[in-house]
Amino acid sequence: MTDTARTQASKARAMKRLRKRRAADGRFRYYGLSAILTALGALAVLIFTIGSQALSAATYHVVNYDITLDPAVIAPEGAGRPEDISRNVEGFYGLVRDNLIATFPEAAKDRASRREVADFVTRLAVLPTAQMVAEQPELVGTRITLTAPLNDDLDLYLKGQGVRERKLGVGAIAAIKGEVEGGYRVTGAGAFDAVVAALAVAAADLPADAAEPGVLLTAGPSTGRLTEISAGSGHLELLTGNIKDFARLQSKARLIVALESERTISDQQIAWTLALKDMGRIERVPRKTLLTNSDSTYPELAGGLAAIVGSLLTMLVTALVAMPIGIFAAVYLEEFAPKNRVTEFIEVNINNLAAVPSIVFGLLGAALYINFLGMPRSAPLVGGLVLALMTFPVVIIASRAALKAVPPSVRSGALAVGASQMQTVFHHVVPLAAPGILTGAILGMARALGESAPLLLIGMVAFVGDVPRSPTDESTVMPVLIFSWSNNAERAWEPLTSAMIIVLLAFLLLMNGLVVFLRRKYERRW
Amino acid sequence: MDTSQGNPMMDDSITPQPTKDGGPRIDCRNIKVFYGQAEAIHDVSMSFPDRAVTALIGPSGCGKSTFLRCLNRMNDTIENCRVEGKILMDGEDINDADVDPVLLRSRVGMVFQKPNPFPKSIYDNIAYGPRIHGLANGREDLDAIVEKSLRRAGLWEEVKDRLSAPGTGLSGGQQQRLCIARAIAVQPEVILMDEPCSALDPIATARIEELIDELRNRYCIVIVTHSMQQAARVSQRTAFFHLGNLVEMGDTGQIFTNPREKRTEDYITGRFG
Repeated sequence: MTDTARTQASKARAMKRLRKRRAADGRFRYYGLSAILTALGALAVLIFTIGSQALSAATYHVVNYDITLDPAVIAPEGAGRPEDISRNVEGFYGLVRDNLIATFPEAAKDRASRREVADFVTRLAVLPTAQMVAEQPELVGTRITLTAPLNDDLDLYLKGQGVRERKLGVGAIAAIKGEVEGGYRVTGAGAFDAVVAALAVAAADLPADAAEPGVLLTAGPSTGRLTEISAGSGHLELLTGNIKDFARLQSKARLIVALESERTISDQQIAWTLALKDMGRIERVPRKTLLTNSDSTYPELAGGLAAIVGSLLTMLVTALVAMPIGIFAAVYLEEFAPKNRVTEFIEVNINNLAAVPSIVFGLLGAALYINFLGMPRSAPLVGGLVLALMTFPVVIIASRAALKAVPPSVRSGALAVGASQMQTVFHHVVPLAAPGILTGAILGMARALGESAPLLLIGMVAFVGDVPRSPTDESTVMPVLIFSWSNNAERAWEPLTSAMIIVLLAFLLLMNGLVVFLRRKYERRW
Repeated sequence: MDTSQGNPMMDDSITPQPTKDGGPRIDCRNIKVFYGQAEAIHDVSMSFPDRAVTALIGPSGCGKSTFLRCLNRMNDTIENCRVEGKILMDGEDINDADVDPVLLRSRVGMVFQKPNPFPKSIYDNIAYGPRIHGLANGREDLDAIVEKSLRRAGLWEEVKDRLSAPGTGLSGGQQQRLCIARAIAVQPEVILMDEPCSALDPIATARIEELIDELRNRYCIVIVTHSMQQAARVSQRTAFFHLGNLVEMGDTGQIFTNPREKRTEDYITGRFG
């Protein structure tokens, strides 16, 4: 083999090695990139699903009722004091119900109808108005517009999320003829072609013995139930409004597959809701009550204020306990403690403590604070102490890492000019480590803010209708509220839970933003 | 080189008093240093004269830095490190139980290998020591100390307009002079320098060497260096360490021209090290 051939061969081998190395580099970069994309994708899906759910709960439907505050009902003889008025929920509710019955005379015909119309408004929804009137007694006797949220199921129906329906066009109705039992025969050439076609499609999807889907026919404020449908005619049973509207106005059909007996809302209620909407009395407004109301058993009234305040009080206790303990322990262990068996043992135990499942801290808290020390159940004080137990190992670990990251040259520089060890630590080392210490502390707090398991065990899962005023009041926190809401049966809780999750995420984002801000502001290079 | 003239700030209060008898400022007797079980310095006895520069030279790991750190008890801060023997400073053993290492370090300043200014302003870097030792009565006094120290360190003209700028923003050589100024500000009697120029370029090094030469008139200076040229340039006395032993100590001229020991000769002629 000649020298040239040998060099050529070794050059080829070198090139091959180089190619392999480049391929390895490229592969690694590809793995990293795909890992990041996977994580981002998961995050995007999470945000999208929760966000889109929450978006529907961000607004809700309210109904306006023009009522006269009849003194005989609102402030009857001997009960006209403000506190009586604010407690007179029954009176206000009666006015609202009477208003609805005046709008829909057919609602008065029997008990069942009266109950159905009463379902429109939750009794407690009139409370804010009652309180307002109690504060301004001069309103008694005047005519006001009372705004109350619509029943949650009807709200969902209007948002298109509750009862599924298909809207279908209907041709001109040529003739309406009265029939037996308050029904009417509506006819028009080819008027119900689309309805017949849609019914055929729906029937194909349903089991053979299933009942036929219901069809509602609406024209302006009037709605009726349509049966015996053929292409040119049908039997219309008027639910609300005036039969003449069907001749006068463009009609629309709604095909509802779910049986009336299996839904939470009846055909009658749908008819009334559509009528109110047509009258312009239903508005879709932002749900401010999510942040201003406390918990309620009615989704349309429920809000997170009590839980938000509870969370803040709990965090206050946690911060006051965990941060000083964690930071001082870290400074002592890192800067002063001799390195021996004992400190090693302590260090291992702190690391273990950080890895203990949070529910165990809940058990400990229940046993120690509530059973042994006799502290109040369900109180932010106890919750804060339990979370502090859980948080301070994290604070210690983060703080120690931050202290370790301060270069030793700063310590020796300070010692060399005659600073004592404590002066060195508190004048130089701790200020330099402060951004890192704060970051660790706030991240630990953020973790505590999102914690629910240990709080369940100390009774913070109780239903709390009042905003807590002190750390010893009964209270709940945001994650536990989310947990409770997600356990509720009604459909309307689902978007509400998502909305509350978004509120919690906003708080967490705020805390993490604070971390970034503190880092940027105080981080110093050396 | 006489640089004491032409500087108006030179003859003032922060000049330490010379020793009464003109004898050695620091006298070390039978120093042994242990890291755990390992003996790093074997029975070294030597003394450091006042108002002179003593250079400690020797190959890496020979114990010269460890020995230097005995002189202001910086070894106290290292776990497992134990110092035996007597280090007399003005007749008092600095390792005595009743000597406060913090006070000692205000009398024995130190400058490190890598410039390590505090991440604070230039002013605060200098003012920190005087503040914690209560050397200044009020702001004006402190201002004066800062100016004096910076002038002594030859940095005043370069930084007088930006005293509030961070000390870490200076160049490497300036940072090292800042550290020297910081050490001077607490009115030490001794200044220890642990390879003060090893992280600097030749121009900055020359500037520091000039400065050391100026400071020699006021302080007892001990400098550890890897550069034999530097030892020859700045020191009056030189000690050669090897494997934890003091091999030879003498006047710098004698050590570099006429060493008594074979090992010293081998080292300074570059045969090992």
